[in-house]
Amino acid sequence: MDTSGNAAILEIKDVTKYFGTVAALKSMQLSVMPGRVHTILGENGAGKSTLMKILAGVYQPTSGSILMDGKPYAPANPQDAARAGLTIVFQELSLCNNMTVAENILATREPSTIGFINDKALTRKAASIVADLKLPVAVTEKVGDLSIAQRQLVEIAKGLSVDAKVVILDEPTSSLSDNEAEILFEIISQLKARGVAVIYISHRMEEIMRLSDDITVVRDGSYITTRDKNETTIDELIALMVGRDMDAIYPARDVPAPAMSAKPVLGVDGLSRDGEFENITFDVRPGEILGFFGLIGSGRSEVMNALFGMKRTSSGSISIDGKQVTISSPVDAIDRGIGFVTENRKEEGLVLSHNVEANISMVALKDYSGAFGFLKRRRERLAAEAEVKRLAIKTGSLQTIVGSLSGGNQQKIVLAKWLLTRPKILILDEPTRGVDVGAKFEIYKIIRQLAAEGTAILLVSSELPEIISMSDRVVVMSEGRATATASGDQMKPEKIMSFATGFVS
Amino acid sequence: MSETTAANAAFIRVFKQYGGIFLSLVALCVIFSFMNGRFMSVANFLNVLQQVAVIAIAAFGMTWVILLGEIDLSIGSIIAVAGMVAAQCFAVGLGFAPTFVITLLSGAMLGLANGVLTAKFRLPSFIVTVATMGIYRGLVSLPTNGAPAMITEPTWTAIGTQSFIGVPIVIWFVAVLFLFNHILLSKTRFGRRAYLTGGNREAALYSGIKVDRLKIAIFMISGVMAAISGVLLSSRLFSAQTNAGMSYELDAIAAAVLGGTSLAGGVGTMIGTMIGALIIGVLNNGMNMMSVPYFYQLIVKGAVILVAVWLDVRSKQAKQ
Ligand SMILES: Nc1ncnc2c1ncn2[C@@H]1O[C@H](COP(=O)(O)OP(=O)(O)OP(=O)(O)O)[C@@H](O)[C@H]1O
Ligand SMILES: [Mg+2]
Repeated sequence: MDTSGNAAILEIKDVTKYFGTVAALKSMQLSVMPGRVHTILGENGAGKSTLMKILAGVYQPTSGSILMDGKPYAPANPQDAARAGLTIVFQELSLCNNMTVAENILATREPSTIGFINDKALTRKAASIVADLKLPVAVTEKVGDLSIAQRQLVEIAKGLSVDAKVVILDEPTSSLSDNEAEILFEIISQLKARGVAVIYISHRMEEIMRLSDDITVVRDGSYITTRDKNETTIDELIALMVGRDMDAIYPARDVPAPAMSAKPVLGVDGLSRDGEFENITFDVRPGEILGFFGLIGSGRSEVMNALFGMKRTSSGSISIDGKQVTISSPVDAIDRGIGFVTENRKEEGLVLSHNVEANISMVALKDYSGAFGFLKRRRERLAAEAEVKRLAIKTGSLQTIVGSLSGGNQQKIVLAKWLLTRPKILILDEPTRGVDVGAKFEIYKIIRQLAAEGTAILLVSSELPEIISMSDRVVVMSEGRATATASGDQMKPEKIMSFATGFVS
Repeated sequence: MSETTAANAAFIRVFKQYGGIFLSLVALCVIFSFMNGRFMSVANFLNVLQQVAVIAIAAFGMTWVILLGEIDLSIGSIIAVAGMVAAQCFAVGLGFAPTFVITLLSGAMLGLANGVLTAKFRLPSFIVTVATMGIYRGLVSLPTNGAPAMITEPTWTAIGTQSFIGVPIVIWFVAVLFLFNHILLSKTRFGRRAYLTGGNREAALYSGIKVDRLKIAIFMISGVMAAISGVLLSSRLFSAQTNAGMSYELDAIAAAVLGGTSLAGGVGTMIGTMIGALIIGVLNNGMNMMSVPYFYQLIVKGAVILVAVWLDVRSKQAKQ
């Protein structure tokens, strides 16, 4: 596919990668041109990240060859790849939480005199990188104190702070909202103009169509085809990717939303926490899907953490089924029927070193143990098996270590572990983060089904189309305040965005 | 057909997990039997088990703590406290049963202190138990001003010296406590929660596991196991010594780590720890039989631990 006549900067030929007996890549091929954005599109577990990690020297291919600038390229480690002019922003965050943003961005490249790190120069250099990229983060903050979206921006800054010929971005926008994503797209077009080859991975179809020049579809570790952006459509790409036609991205509501006159299952009144959110008031009825939209730092996740007993509140009240309650720990919350799919699956959601089964049964463990706390392993296994099937989780077996699953499949495990508790109120914080289109549809169907069964759903998302299509009403937050609750006619992108940015038109 | 493949798969899994360390144990036994004809005998095997008992039981407790990503350096001191508590109970005329119970309770209380300081005051367990290691060791000397205290109560001393159906009572202790800890860890909700919390404390917290309480309970288990070790040791010595159990925490940690317990938390089994304790016991016993000077024994033991851990790390990397 020598469209431009230019020579490819990266040429991947017949690359195969086995993990034990699992084939993650089978005779993969790819040809990347300088000055173009090449998107790799495929379902969860299709092998995208594995291919990128091979390019970055994290893994070595089982067989096959790679050419960079026409010369054999076989990085033995990430340092080799960096020296060859390739930089990568990994899908899973790889920052040190107890170090500052500056220290993370310049890790291993700290300005120093005879081995002593020059802190001032470090801060200055990092600040100028962040300013060049126009990223809204303070370099002296500890990464552990940042929101997940801010961490993703730091990860991007770290990857883009070196000059490179090839830049790989593995789902860089998965937890960014449109505004922050916009900053990244600006950076990408500058890279393109400089002749850098960009390899891009995302599950958001709109942004893929907007950004890409070439799109390669992969399925089950195999190369399917490469298309020029101008010669394809979203529908065609989805069909190529999942191997069948999909007629809708969002399932329709088949049970009507509960009437506003119905009694709320959860009522939140004037909830505040100093410096994080103020005077948050909303209620949600059984069967209702209440969306929460806002930009980075708007305080949505903080409110959810407070509801779940992970953060103390300074004032305000919470009532469940009309009775006022105090929730001072996750145990309280779970006892009252609240479930919480957290946004950061790696840290708050999963025990990565343990297997699929143990992770799925983690919260509902009491239901799978009897006298003296003895585990009922058979029942546990059957329940886990059922969830794996229901959510179509791609895993070798129930004994597979969760850390070795693809990002999207890890996300489904987090969902599965809460579904098993049959919550009355389910908080979903970015539930489709990093999930492919087909699986998203499955998750949306499950959300709809739960709502139809009477579960009240709080859906936090940075994806405006998702929020608008799935929610019955949307609470819009900006800088720790709920600026509006949109419903009916107001459920329009421009309207909600204007509430979120504070520019009411 | 599928039965046998399932059994095969289970066998392969068990072999992958314990194969390396089990082979090390066998290799050590073979080497020692070549060097000394008396090594491979039932009598000597019981001897090794008996010598290993104190370490093994303490190591069961240590396995729980390490599994949680913590460490307990105070168990050597708790072993000594337990002996002294028993001696004092007998001195004031208490019988065997109340003394036994009070001794174990004292271990539980010292473990409770470790647990509360770690979980509720949010101090690193390394610091907490370095401090309590000194404090508990000091407490031992309080009743006698540092002098040893004799224990002559016949049931107590029988534990360390007598047999029951041909097997030394000490070995019965190891067997029962091994089974208890193994079942608690691998078959119950409590054990599962320990694994999960050790693997990711934050995720455990979000999943409704009471991680502080769990941590305190586990430090108490460690304290009780150390106290039982103290019972065995004092019964064998007929006395409570102020320097009893000195540096046993290192052997216990070595046994757990040799057995595959990860210092990062979340990984480990009682079977592994048992094999680890046996390796240390066989090393001690074999070198004693060959009259290797004590300082050489220290060097060899240290080297064996390094090699075992290195092999373990390498095999895990190879799997990736
Ligand atoms: N370290 C590993 N050990 C074992 N299997 C692995 C490992 N890494 C990846 N795999 C397997 O390889 C396959 C491809 O995974 P990969 O992470 O490349 O998928 P992906 O296309 O990036 O998916 P996603 O969109 O969910 O991020 C999956 O089946 C995964 O379980
Ligand atoms: Mg991936």
